Amino acid sequence: MFLTMEHLNKTYPGGKVAVDDFNLNIEKGEFVCFIGTSGSGKTTTMRMINRMLSQTSGTIKLNGEDIGKMDPVKLRRKIGYVIQNIGLMPHMTIRDNITLVPRLLKWPQDKMDERAKEMIKLVELPEDYLDRYPSQLSGGQQQRIGVVRALAADQDLVLMDEPFGALDPITRESLQDLVKDLQERLGKTFVFVTHDMDEALKLSTKIVIMDGGEIMQVATPDDILRHPANEFVENLIGKDRLIQARPSITTVGQVMLKDPISTTPGKSLTDALRLMHDKRVDSLLVTDEAGILKGVIGIEDVDYNFNSATSVSDIMKKDIFYVQSNSLIRDTVERILKRGLKNIPVVDDQHRLVGIVTRATLVDIVYDALWGDEAEDEASNNIHHEEDAAKTSTKGGDLK
Amino acid sequence: MANMNLFEQLVYYYQQNGAYVLSQFMRHFLVSIYGVIFAAIIGIPIGIFIAHHTKLSSVVIAIANVIQTVPSLAMLSIIMIGLGLGVNTVIVTVFLYALLPIIKNTYTGMLNVSDDILDSGKGMGMTRWQILRMVELPLSLSVIMAGLRNALVLAIGITAIGTFVGAGGLGDIIIRGTNATNGGAIILAGALPTALMAIISDTVLAWIEKRADPTQK
Repeated sequence: MFLTMEHLNKTYPGGKVAVDDFNLNIEKGEFVCFIGTSGSGKTTTMRMINRMLSQTSGTIKLNGEDIGKMDPVKLRRKIGYVIQNIGLMPHMTIRDNITLVPRLLKWPQDKMDERAKEMIKLVELPEDYLDRYPSQLSGGQQQRIGVVRALAADQDLVLMDEPFGALDPITRESLQDLVKDLQERLGKTFVFVTHDMDEALKLSTKIVIMDGGEIMQVATPDDILRHPANEFVENLIGKDRLIQARPSITTVGQVMLKDPISTTPGKSLTDALRLMHDKRVDSLLVTDEAGILKGVIGIEDVDYNFNSATSVSDIMKKDIFYVQSNSLIRDTVERILKRGLKNIPVVDDQHRLVGIVTRATLVDIVYDALWGDEAEDEASNNIHHEEDAAKTSTKGGDLK
Repeated sequence: MANMNLFEQLVYYYQQNGAYVLSQFMRHFLVSIYGVIFAAIIGIPIGIFIAHHTKLSSVVIAIANVIQTVPSLAMLSIIMIGLGLGVNTVIVTVFLYALLPIIKNTYTGMLNVSDDILDSGKGMGMTRWQILRMVELPLSLSVIMAGLRNALVLAIGITAIGTFVGAGGLGDIIIRGTNATNGGAIILAGALPTALMAIISDTVLAWIEKRADPTQK
């Protein structure tokens, strides 16, 4: 484990708890975003990693070594640090700014010059910018320098505190791409504090959602969208994003109709026909006693073979199309539509029948994806209507 | 002499006493400079210290303010009681008056360095000493220079009074003029170089101050 944080607590004098029992493991090469409202303790936690703040209790280990026992100055030189307001030294040239940490580490001059050139190339700025001063660069260019300054001394871990918060959206996006690219290409580990959910979803491999000093949820961006741990997380993500993300994160299991009408292979055709008649369906799924999907029979099969066959197993179609309940709608919808099937059985990992997807279900999915918000409102209206209806019927029951 | 106008008398005085005026000019200048340099040696570290311990700042600046409020002739006399007549008394007086502008400007200059820059400096692994030497001092240099400039101009004025305790300097010439009948030319002979010295040192230090300002780059 690259970075381990165990039972971190931070209490300020006066009793305000900023971080409460924070536990997190970070692997090398991960891009971890800390996200939360202001006062959630995300920046406090990040600043404990390079000992800009010290924890009240708990340990942080970097490469297995307790950072509390390391010289804070030496530790910080090993960790890149980027802050929101850039913090370039205004009296130093870009070259001197980039090679600040190498200079503190007393690298030879020619190695520093070489590194400065490498770094400026990395952020796609012309080499003659090296001799300029920060005030001669735009905000976005300055923060590019801020980013490579944090990498110039081969730091494996880079801490970033809302680094792009003060930039305009277009510049922000290009810097996000840059940072993501650097992370993927150079294999650096990033700990990134932000309050911008889009940014977190775009960049991270792991999101840590915090509120009031506590971890609400730690998961990949996909998981967070798919299974928000609680209402706070849902609100933080926002309804819009959840709806937008629905087709790409909803699983078949979430939209299928449960308890499909099924029969077993040993049943007689008479029984099967009766079942169809009772349940008003034109086909039956066939499962064995353990619920494992075996095949399907349609009313036309029953009609055609009624006199020659006796049991369901004689006429059922064994070669049928089905989907896994945990597969994503995004991946399955197109296949379902293309095949033109009326309905598709859904099975779980053990191949047990758990549900069915009808074409009406697919209509719902497409409808939600296009008009998600409105559909939601109408749905909640419908619920009210149903409640009303339910009340009426109970009353009716009483009268009897 | 009497048939010359004031300007001619002045020129004549310089012709006759050029070397004397020059030597008093140098003496005047050195007394002022020494006072300011001592004040800088003591005042800049105090300014740095109170910038890092802001709770002390109001006390320290209040004391410097009180010193500044004492009229210079009174201060000179008080110091004289301790140190006697001579140039040392003037240097100590200049030192005391130069403290306030130097401490105050050093303090202000250090406080003006943005927290973001200090934060990123510390976060990148600078020691406290490195932050002071590589960040805080370069960035507050121009403000500190402005303090020195104020102090020096102030010092030149105070040194002129130093003649009363026998320190020499251009004040000697001015007092001689005030004591002589029709001594206008002699007064000018002392006062003009004093004013010139103040103006020139102000201009030169202003130029240095501007050069030291990192935001001008």
